Amino acid sequence: MEKRVTFRGWLLPLLLIAPQVIVSAIFFFYPAAQAIWQSLFIPDPFGLSSQFVGLGNFEFLLSDKFYRASFLTTAIFSTLVTLCSMIPALFLAVIADRLIKGSGVYRTLLIWPYAVAPAVAGVLWLFMFNTRVGVVSWYLGQLGYDWNHVLNDAEAMGLVVVASAWGRISYNFLFFFAALQSVPKSVIEAAAIDGAHFWRRFFTIVLPLLSPTAFFLLVVNVVYAFFETFGVIHTITGGGPQQATTILVYKVFSDGFVGQDLGSSSAQSVILLIVVGLLTVIQFKYVEKRVHY
Amino acid sequence: MKKRFFGALAVATALSPVAAMAQTEVQFWHAFTGRLGDLVKAQVEEFNASQDEFVVVESHKGNYSETLNAGIAAFRAGEQPHILMVFEVGTATMMSAEGAIKPVYEVMAESGASFDPDAYIGAVKGYYTTTDGDMLSLPFNSSTPVLWVNRDAMEAAGVDPDTDLSTWEKVGEVLDQLKAGGEECPLVTAWQSWVHLENMSAYHDVPFASKDNGFAGLDTELMLNGPVQVAHLSAMGDWAKDGKFIYTGRRNEGGANFRAGECALFTESSAGYAGISSEAEFDFDVRPLPYWEGVTAEPQNTIIGGASLWVMEGHDPEAYKGVGEFLSFLSSSDVQANWHQNTGYLPITAEAGDATRAAGFYEDNPGTDIAVIQMTAKEPTANSKGLRLGSFDQIRGIIDEELEAIWSGDKTAQEAMDSAKERGDALLRRFESANQ
Repeated sequence: MEKRVTFRGWLLPLLLIAPQVIVSAIFFFYPAAQAIWQSLFIPDPFGLSSQFVGLGNFEFLLSDKFYRASFLTTAIFSTLVTLCSMIPALFLAVIADRLIKGSGVYRTLLIWPYAVAPAVAGVLWLFMFNTRVGVVSWYLGQLGYDWNHVLNDAEAMGLVVVASAWGRISYNFLFFFAALQSVPKSVIEAAAIDGAHFWRRFFTIVLPLLSPTAFFLLVVNVVYAFFETFGVIHTITGGGPQQATTILVYKVFSDGFVGQDLGSSSAQSVILLIVVGLLTVIQFKYVEKRVHY
Repeated sequence: MKKRFFGALAVATALSPVAAMAQTEVQFWHAFTGRLGDLVKAQVEEFNASQDEFVVVESHKGNYSETLNAGIAAFRAGEQPHILMVFEVGTATMMSAEGAIKPVYEVMAESGASFDPDAYIGAVKGYYTTTDGDMLSLPFNSSTPVLWVNRDAMEAAGVDPDTDLSTWEKVGEVLDQLKAGGEECPLVTAWQSWVHLENMSAYHDVPFASKDNGFAGLDTELMLNGPVQVAHLSAMGDWAKDGKFIYTGRRNEGGANFRAGECALFTESSAGYAGISSEAEFDFDVRPLPYWEGVTAEPQNTIIGGASLWVMEGHDPEAYKGVGEFLSFLSSSDVQANWHQNTGYLPITAEAGDATRAAGFYEDNPGTDIAVIQMTAKEPTANSKGLRLGSFDQIRGIIDEELEAIWSGDKTAQEAMDSAKERGDALLRRFESANQ
């Protein structure tokens, strides 16, 4: 059953959508168009001259095997960040939902990490895992494990994933918690009377009812992992060791803002835009079919 | 705009209104905080107090990369400062920005301020002059890599702290002894590409890149995969494998380990002096950077790192006069000698070095002159004048990645450097086409 509201005339609907359209145009369409335009040039950093190269920037990028390798790195990174931020969040939300007393305090505490900017989160985690003064790496050393994310690929990846996922757990928790609260108690009670134990109720009733929220979070978290994590990478690993943590968006940032290569950086943004666009379409086309509203 | 307004306001309230009206403002953007920031502030205040025609307004814009970016962004918006501090890696970028920069020799000639290009130390000046000898930017803070020794750690491992460490062959033997003596961190480094490739090449008089390391043209190619560099990195790789060289990161992370007394030997900038002398609770000394006896009987000079001051285009002639006066003030012997003694950076004029020596500073602080000697003992060659490569910040990133592959044993030194050359050359070609 879809509800449709019909407006008489044009003015009011236009006025109502205007703020959204204007904001999108200024902060999204205009910069995106600029990026596409700039990706066709190799400009000098000062904007004094620029040379039209057509698709030369794309050719340069795609023929670079290190750039191609960073697609795989990005896929691994994004999958891990999404999983590591959604599963613990769901778990915490389920527990918080079962609390009768003190859930407010618990909720507030869990939301705090969301207020920490990614770059700051990166520094905090780096501090704990610093190979020299880090508390965690010191304890690992006591247990006989030699932590060295400066040279070890897997450890570096693990660290940036955890640092990126940490703040997002709070965000995801909020949504899951709200969704859990809106699961009708009567359905669950009926199932309980039928003898379904907690996990059975969870998987057959609660989880399907959470699916719209979970789907929304999946899309949002993938976008987060793709676009907003360069601060964490910049502060923790700088893309290293070798290129183990150089994800696409980090390369956009470092080529553009450190290397001053605005042409390549724009071309990379365009590629990233296409990749994320495709991913979102795929998500809506295939994953959403399994979502019950 | 707002910042400039407040800056002017601050000045206006500090001075009498009449004087403020007559003063021409000179904006100076730099990358120094902490003690270095205070020293810069003091220099600016001294200059402002010394005359009443101009007023220099200094502002801190973040680290080296951020300061350069701030300058570039400001230029694009037509709000550029008069003087911008740019680290040595950004030199080629600035040089190619004709129309955005005003060469220092031109500024000095027009302003009529006293300026004698010959007064500057060749190895320092060389980095920032054209092949015709015209100075493009004013060297400000320059340092060069040296070997720092933790004498207590040497003794604890049963090695005579006065052992000769002048060559890498001897250092190799000492590393064996240190390891055998139970030292867990025999050697650590800062700025690996700068010390172990860029300086390593200059010091042994082999090219780092073709076309005189990029000085003679944009169509330069990396030559860092030559036999001398590869042999050095192979040795370092072996030391890394045996736990004799400890890798701590791409920047100067190793400094924390050394200052805490955890490492015996440390290759780092001579400007590490300020930090080491204030934090180290052990007996340390400074030695010249080692060289390979098997390659050369006598090392060439090392090259510099640090920053220089670039004058930006697009201001009034009157303001450039002030810029000229300020740069001339900065190069004066007293200011330079003070700066050199306070920071461990090299003096940029021979006179400042002489004044420091005459004041007995080197005797009171043994080792502080090693960097100066190492830089100036020999006339720089085409291989040791410095480096002038476009996109060099990114190329250093590539070199860092490839070096990490050597330290972790994923690649041999030859494979890693071949790959660094291939990837770096691609960036050099891009830079060339962007600046045609």
